Amino acid sequence: MTSAAIALETRGLTKVYGSGNTEVVAMRDVSLIIGKGEVVALLGPSGAGKSTLLTAVGLINPPTSGTIAIGGRQVMDGPRELVDARIFRRRFIGYVFQKANLIPFLTALENVQLALEINDTAGRDARRRAMELLEYLGVGDRVHNMPYMLSGGQQQRVAVARALANHPQLILADEPTAALDSVRGRQVMDLFRQVAHEKGAAVLVVTHDHRALDVFDRILEMEDGELRAHSADPAKKA
Amino acid sequence: MNLALRDIRHNLVRFSLTTVGVGLLLMIVMGMGGIYRGLIEEALLLVDSIGADLWVVQEATRGPFAEVSRVPLTLEDRLRAVPGVRTARAFVSHTIQREYQGKPLRIVVQGLSWPEDRGDWLPIIAGRALGAAHYEMIADRLLGLDLGEKVPLGRDVYTVVGLTNGMVGPGGDGMAFFTVRDALAIQFDLSAESIRLERASRRSRAGSQDIGKTQPFLIERAQGPSAGIPVLPRSMASAVLVQLAPGTDLDAVVRTISAWRDVSVFTSDQQRDLLLKGNVDKARRQLGLFRALLVIISAIIMALIIYTLTLDKVHDIAMLKLMGARNSLILGLILEQALLLGILGYALGYLMGQWVFPRFPRRVVITQDDLIMLAVIVVLISVLSSILGIWKAMRVQPNEVLS
Ligand SMILES: Nc1ncnc2c1ncn2[C@@H]1O[C@H](COP(=O)(O)OP(=O)(O)O)[C@@H](O)[C@H]1O
Ligand SMILES: [Mg+2]
Repeated sequence: MTSAAIALETRGLTKVYGSGNTEVVAMRDVSLIIGKGEVVALLGPSGAGKSTLLTAVGLINPPTSGTIAIGGRQVMDGPRELVDARIFRRRFIGYVFQKANLIPFLTALENVQLALEINDTAGRDARRRAMELLEYLGVGDRVHNMPYMLSGGQQQRVAVARALANHPQLILADEPTAALDSVRGRQVMDLFRQVAHEKGAAVLVVTHDHRALDVFDRILEMEDGELRAHSADPAKKA
Repeated sequence: MNLALRDIRHNLVRFSLTTVGVGLLLMIVMGMGGIYRGLIEEALLLVDSIGADLWVVQEATRGPFAEVSRVPLTLEDRLRAVPGVRTARAFVSHTIQREYQGKPLRIVVQGLSWPEDRGDWLPIIAGRALGAAHYEMIADRLLGLDLGEKVPLGRDVYTVVGLTNGMVGPGGDGMAFFTVRDALAIQFDLSAESIRLERASRRSRAGSQDIGKTQPFLIERAQGPSAGIPVLPRSMASAVLVQLAPGTDLDAVVRTISAWRDVSVFTSDQQRDLLLKGNVDKARRQLGLFRALLVIISAIIMALIIYTLTLDKVHDIAMLKLMGARNSLILGLILEQALLLGILGYALGYLMGQWVFPRFPRRVVITQDDLIMLAVIVVLISVLSSILGIWKAMRVQPNEVLS
């Protein structure tokens, strides 16, 4: 893979929580490369360190050591930020979590619109783009509802729309489909794949849903904080 | 997108109740200031509207508002002889409380020196000024008397010929204006029995003294009306008010009168100062302390509610930070809510005050200056009260979204 085609690269990422007796090594020496347009699954048992990895590369949970480069740019060297992480997050990274985490006092539309406004997309354009995304995700008829009026699945689709709103180069999703039925879950995965392939975004998805693994270009597996290649990895089979 | 308004819409009940609470507090703060201004206005009303240049009072006293001051009515004539003096009139003022139609009626009895002063300078809203030397009165509306009403005071009956508006004494009681003679008659209104006893005692006093023994006709006089006894002093007034002719040197006149041993003289400004220092200063400090406390309480309540509103949003603030929102967005959210709370509370307080203050028993005077001052203070405490919430919000980490 040429360096221009690399969306995310980590070297020797290690995260240690606590110290002394309570020390937990959540992630140990994780090195990985994800190319632009690549959709990668991250499997592993609970406590394996998947969320730790995701939040580290998402620049919200600095690693203890190791480096992170996004879009060819060094962004973290150990716990040290090499860029303004906040600006970097709003421009280049989209997050989806197990819970939707919508802002409760904003409507579905406003939640998506806000993400765009934070990234300097002006009012009307932001509104139109938010509307399009929500319609695409099948919640076009609920855009003016407050989050509490939406079902868990609808909320999660609004959260996906919010994550995609700014055309991020890196999409990080931590069990995004846990609250969705299999059809809706599949739909979200397909959407990630479409964004990856059309816009060249890299997508890293933590999932337990083994039935949907076929949408991924590559499958990674974590155990005890360490990364290992998955047996069912389509990249290996090829 | 304005987050502050949308969050308020979400927490409407809590926010509204807090606004009403803050509004009530600010209304009381406004009212306290208004009561103080009202006190001053009522205290100065008489001094200001009576339009005297000089107050001549009993020697070494500070005038009728501070203590008892007695000057003879003849002082009027002596003052009229001073060059530059245009008018001199007796000031007679005393408060009486009489039973009237089964209810206590408190009146500040005010003497006008008929015939020079008929009360034309009064803010008469109905009827007319005094037209006769006796048995007429001009009453303030506050006393609840009607035009033409006949009020028995002492042994005489007085007819209300005019009504004024807003003439109250320093104690907040309504004023009524009589001729000086009538005012004195009301003041020294004694029962027939006490007059009889006084005359009898005068007679026996005179009979036991040399003068009574050598001049028996004086004993006859002593048991008659007091006005018929030449050695007794004439009726006294509280002060004599002097108006100067235009272009007169005030200081020169003051110097002349000061040289008299039996009186002291104050300019109108000095009299006002004495009045404020004596009657109003303690009340001012008391009300001022209350206002300061209420402002502090308002600030604490606002800080608490803004802080709890912020605590409720910690998770959302973490999400905003995760999405890369600038600090200014989050800071603005909190600050705008605090300012809105302050401004709406202020407006509400003002509106409620407009309705409530006229129903207060004493005058409440809300001045533009006081309103502006309070508005500035409200903005300040709004900003201060948001500091706690902002401090909390700035410490929120984006990964708290996950917890
Ligand atoms: N904030 C934290 N403090 C201490 N230990 C943590 C913290 N977050 C995660 N861990 C520990 O790190 C390990 C990996 O956690 P995590 O990354 O959440 O795993 P996964 O997402 O794969 O379930 C677990 O043993 C977990 O208990
Ligand atoms: Mg996890």
